[in-house]
Amino acid sequence: MSEIIALAGQNLISPMILFFALGMAAALARSDLSFPEAVAKGMSLYLLFAIGFKGGVGVAAHGVDLGLVLALLAGIVLSAGLPFVAFGLLRVMTRLSVTDAAAVAAHYGSISIVTFVAASALLQAQGVAFEGYMVAVAAAMEAPAILAALWIIARAGGRPDDSPGLWREILLNGSIVLLVGAFAIGWITGEDGQAEIAAFIEAPFKGVLCLFLLDMGLVAGRGLRSARGALAPAVLAFGVTMPVVGAVLGLGAGLVIGLSPGGVALLMVLSASASYIAVPAAMRVALPEANPAVSLTLALGVTFPFNLTLGIPLYLAVASRAAGG
Amino acid sequence: MEMHDAKRVEIIIEAMMEKRLATALERAGVTGYTVLPVSGGSGRWGPWSREGQVGRATGMVAVVCLIRPDRLDGLLKEAFAVLDRHIGVVSVSDTQILRAERF
Repeated sequence: MSEIIALAGQNLISPMILFFALGMAAALARSDLSFPEAVAKGMSLYLLFAIGFKGGVGVAAHGVDLGLVLALLAGIVLSAGLPFVAFGLLRVMTRLSVTDAAAVAAHYGSISIVTFVAASALLQAQGVAFEGYMVAVAAAMEAPAILAALWIIARAGGRPDDSPGLWREILLNGSIVLLVGAFAIGWITGEDGQAEIAAFIEAPFKGVLCLFLLDMGLVAGRGLRSARGALAPAVLAFGVTMPVVGAVLGLGAGLVIGLSPGGVALLMVLSASASYIAVPAAMRVALPEANPAVSLTLALGVTFPFNLTLGIPLYLAVASRAAGG
Repeated sequence: MEMHDAKRVEIIIEAMMEKRLATALERAGVTGYTVLPVSGGSGRWGPWSREGQVGRATGMVAVVCLIRPDRLDGLLKEAFAVLDRHIGVVSVSDTQILRAERF
């Protein structure tokens, strides 16, 4: 227990968390600090490019084994299954409508790549190794949750828009294309390729991540401020309960397929995180009646800070114990 | 200089629906329109802003088209098929244009 508290304390005073807290505090205090949309998008593209490329290089260095296939399958099953768990919890815990609950459930089946990046950074800082292909698992977990949510809403008598155009937009979402593309290029070019662009993807990485988290803090703080009335206490409670439930399921899956302690921790993080880029956009097309203020604020204003501050160190400590790290 | 009567249709719609609206406009025979970014606002679900946003989920765009008055009904019919369930604002106003042969 003292080990978990020490790790959480160390995590809380890292520059990443402090910049996120600064952003959130600035937004809640109504500061005019803001990032232009293009700058935020540019930083997001850089982080996806760097994390995808490094993941590919990791796979090139260690080779492909059955673990990659099993991890991808586990990720897909978790992403498709978690929305059902989230939907059930929401219907029991809250008074959200079926449509809002299905939209929120989709967010919690999918993943937050920035939470994944922050967790990878903590693992590296702690010297905990993890499988490079976890980046590919993150990409594979983006879409199945959307399909599950559409199925839930269709079963409940709703009429989701699941036209072919929607699936093209989801699967060719810019974030997924860049993440998977950079992963493939890293895999093809290996350590030689990394040596060529190391100065760009290694040294500035943490600085850009801090800046991006400052922006995320601002967006989360603004969301919390404007949606103060939209989130009932029970909905807020779901925002910190569901990540723990997801992490437990990720832990089970990671142990079953034999991931390393670092890999188990990352699968827990992926299962615990909630999407705020790909799924919100898909839900606006497929379930336009769902209130975007509920799902986005919950994912970005409640679950994201929870995972970033307390969740990640907790998941790492549990994964280290359970997987024998 | 000779001026001609026309209709100015402004549709503010979720950014995710922009391509679908463009397709609907083409179906209505409207091939000329302008898409403008919208930086923020406030609606039924509270205020929103594009500042610092990465995804398109909370973004809106304004689609503006100038058309001959006889094309208005066809445009609105096609546009509403897209807008029906979505957040959006449609306004129509009278305007005047030069070079009527272009519309």
